[in-house]
Amino acid sequence: MVALKKMGLQTLVFAEPPYIASWASMVGPKEGEGPWAKDFDWIMEDYLFAEASWEKAESKMLRETVKLALSKMKLEPKDAELLLAGDLLNQIISSSFAAREVSIPFLGLYGACSTMAESLLIGSMLVDGGFFERVVTAASSHHYTAERQFRFPTEQGVQKVPSSQWTATAAGALVLQKAGVGPRVTYATVGKVIDMGQTDAANMGAAMAPAAADTIKTHFQDTGRVPDYYDLIVTGDLGAVGMALAGELFVKEGLVPSPNYSDCGVLLYDGLQGVDSGGSGCGCSGCMLAGPLLRKIKSGEINRLLFVATGALMSPTSSFQGESIPGIAHAVAIENI
Amino acid sequence: MSSESEEKLKTAQQEEYHNLVNRIKPKPPVLKNCLWAFVVGGLICVIGQLILNYLISMGINKVDAGSLTAIIMIFMGALFTGIGVYDDLGQKAGAGSIVPITGFANAIVASAMEFKREGYIFGVGARIFSIAGPTLVFGFVASVLIGLIKLAFR
Repeated sequence: MVALKKMGLQTLVFAEPPYIASWASMVGPKEGEGPWAKDFDWIMEDYLFAEASWEKAESKMLRETVKLALSKMKLEPKDAELLLAGDLLNQIISSSFAAREVSIPFLGLYGACSTMAESLLIGSMLVDGGFFERVVTAASSHHYTAERQFRFPTEQGVQKVPSSQWTATAAGALVLQKAGVGPRVTYATVGKVIDMGQTDAANMGAAMAPAAADTIKTHFQDTGRVPDYYDLIVTGDLGAVGMALAGELFVKEGLVPSPNYSDCGVLLYDGLQGVDSGGSGCGCSGCMLAGPLLRKIKSGEINRLLFVATGALMSPTSSFQGESIPGIAHAVAIENI
Repeated sequence: MSSESEEKLKTAQQEEYHNLVNRIKPKPPVLKNCLWAFVVGGLICVIGQLILNYLISMGINKVDAGSLTAIIMIFMGALFTGIGVYDDLGQKAGAGSIVPITGFANAIVASAMEFKREGYIFGVGARIFSIAGPTLVFGFVASVLIGLIKLAFR
């Protein structure tokens, strides 16, 4: 039996490309001081967001971003048929607790920082497959919830190294619909878990870059497209170090998309914000997509985007046990057609 | 391809990538970090020495003055952690603010603050030593070993 909507090894082709009918983004104060402040719908004044803990704040961010994306279409949470969301916390509590409040049927996802692409590609499959008319896909991260889970207590006086990244406080949500107007999701490439034996938790870009390069290479092989086809190829959160590595790997694979290649982790902050190699976290690619990138697609500045969110699939436990850091990347093609 | 040669190829690829990473990875500014550590660490020690000298000049005996100085320095480390300054200092000073006793206070208070939201028993109580714990454990082990050595050579 041949899969009708699959092309090549790992790429999905949407017969009726779902519309991205609406989107919303929310960011923390630091991200709000970055170069894209005007593109985000909501900039939080502080990291607690009038909640009692950072975890509660992150969940509220996700919930409010989902509600905001729907309200832009004059819809309420009950009008959405499915919520696909994920975050970085143990047992993805930010997403589950947000889903509890909005009471939309919910499937929780974990793809580390690749979650925005993962939710988008699964949502597109479900809409194109005819299972749902309207699906909300979302992802979030919060600097302080991630810091305390993956690194050190936040007030601990440790020195960061130049290859380390700053987990973004951000959330993005997209409304996918079978009918409507807007950019459409045309192709998606599901990535493999790639592990090149990197063990440095302060250099996640290096752990994820091979996965990004592999997925992008496979996307071009499967679709027969060339890097120039896209106005922009953007990875999720490789940061400056990972982006440089990905560039080297592209050359090695015979791909040279460097003129139109960038990374959300590099774009999100400007150089003076003390983020070392760049931003990271599910929200990093989430807010960049549901903010500046989709705004540019809507205005026609970008007509063909390949969005490749990247994730490092480790946990503090696996790191302490000496495991290397596996990376993953999923690619989603978003086009004005 | 046999699984053994596949394994070899994988190792070779990982090694090649590892070399690429090392070539591209930015190096930490070691000299600048050392300088900062020296200045800040030295400054903390100077403050400690000034307090000690002052206490001795007040007529407190040397042993008690030493203990009091340590207590005051620990309090200051905790205070500056509490008001959210010590982590910024640590970002600049590195070892300079970790090694002195104020750094030890920082590690404990930062953990206590972090886990307070999980309650006093499973939060603060259980996790207050999550960073400082190893120092205590191996400090105790070392003290026992040295005690035994001393006993043997008495």
